[in-house]
Amino acid sequence: MAVTPARQPAGFPAERVSLVDLLDRVLAGGVVITGEITLSVADVDLVVVSLRALLSSVSALLPTGGEAADGR
Amino acid sequence: MTTSDVPSPDGPAIWVYGLADEGTVTALPGVAGVAGARVRLVAADGLTALVSDVTLEEFGAQALRRNLEDLAWLEAVARAHHGVIDAAARRCTLLPMRLATVYSGEAAMVASLTAHAAELRAALDRLRSRTEWGVKAYVVPADRDAAPGASRAEPAAGQPGDADSGLAYLRRRRDALSASRDSARSAAQGARAVHAELERDAVDSRLHPPQPAQLSGRPEPMVLNAAYLLDDDRAAGFAAAVKALGERHPRLRLELTGPWPPYSFTARELEREGA
Repeated sequence: MAVTPARQPAGFPAERVSLVDLLDRVLAGGVVITGEITLSVADVDLVVVSLRALLSSVSALLPTGGEAADGR
Repeated sequence: MTTSDVPSPDGPAIWVYGLADEGTVTALPGVAGVAGARVRLVAADGLTALVSDVTLEEFGAQALRRNLEDLAWLEAVARAHHGVIDAAARRCTLLPMRLATVYSGEAAMVASLTAHAAELRAALDRLRSRTEWGVKAYVVPADRDAAPGASRAEPAAGQPGDADSGLAYLRRRRDALSASRDSARSAAQGARAVHAELERDAVDSRLHPPQPAQLSGRPEPMVLNAAYLLDDDRAAGFAAAVKALGERHPRLRLELTGPWPPYSFTARELEREGA
């Protein structure tokens, strides 16, 4: 990329960000302009629905699976 | 549902990543948007919106409800959304939009941004030369020998213990429970002390719910999941402060993440001003 980052120190690349940390932010943060967005899922719905999806699929994210990590 | 899933006559639906002051952001070569879409810029009343054209088949209200249940889809979209926002936030002051901010068309988006231009500009002003950092604290597991090993204390099945060892067992269980409660209490106190100290360096802070172990991927309980908005020139000092606090609180393991685009410092502001 030709442009040097102007103001921020280099962090870790975007693809290394943990998905859970990212979802904390993109689902609960960011500007919401209520009433004007033509297509949108209600905020609460969005977070709950997504986290349910995350919880039900989370074992797929963990290298060893949730149970095995508990040291049996 | 509403008529929102009917394609509007003025073209594709619009996914919005974030907003910047007009003229401060240029095209982001090599950065693809959601569903691989091209990222383009749209001007609206002194603001520039970073957007992609998306289809209602994938990003309409009904499709979104379905797709957000699909972790693979959610992850791909969240990473693409973040990729665009992160690339832009490294070049200019950027106000990130909540994931899944979709308008039926460009005209509707421009009208909405224009109607809220003053609040949006105020929110941008608040983020100028500032960056979000994250700090998580995990409880360091107690020394295994000292740990209340419930399974170790359990008498073997079918081996009747006498009255003394039964009492001793109960006493051990009670001590173990009390030790574990003390440990949880002191971890929570430590986390509050860490947060109070870090907050002093920050322009603003926000506490996210601690991530449950099955989401954090770590067995140790998380007792702090905080975001801090820092003036850019405080970032180095903040990292040093986190390190020093980690040394002062050996029962906590602190993890610093960032720099983040200022996701955690936008919604509250607009809700307050827009209420």
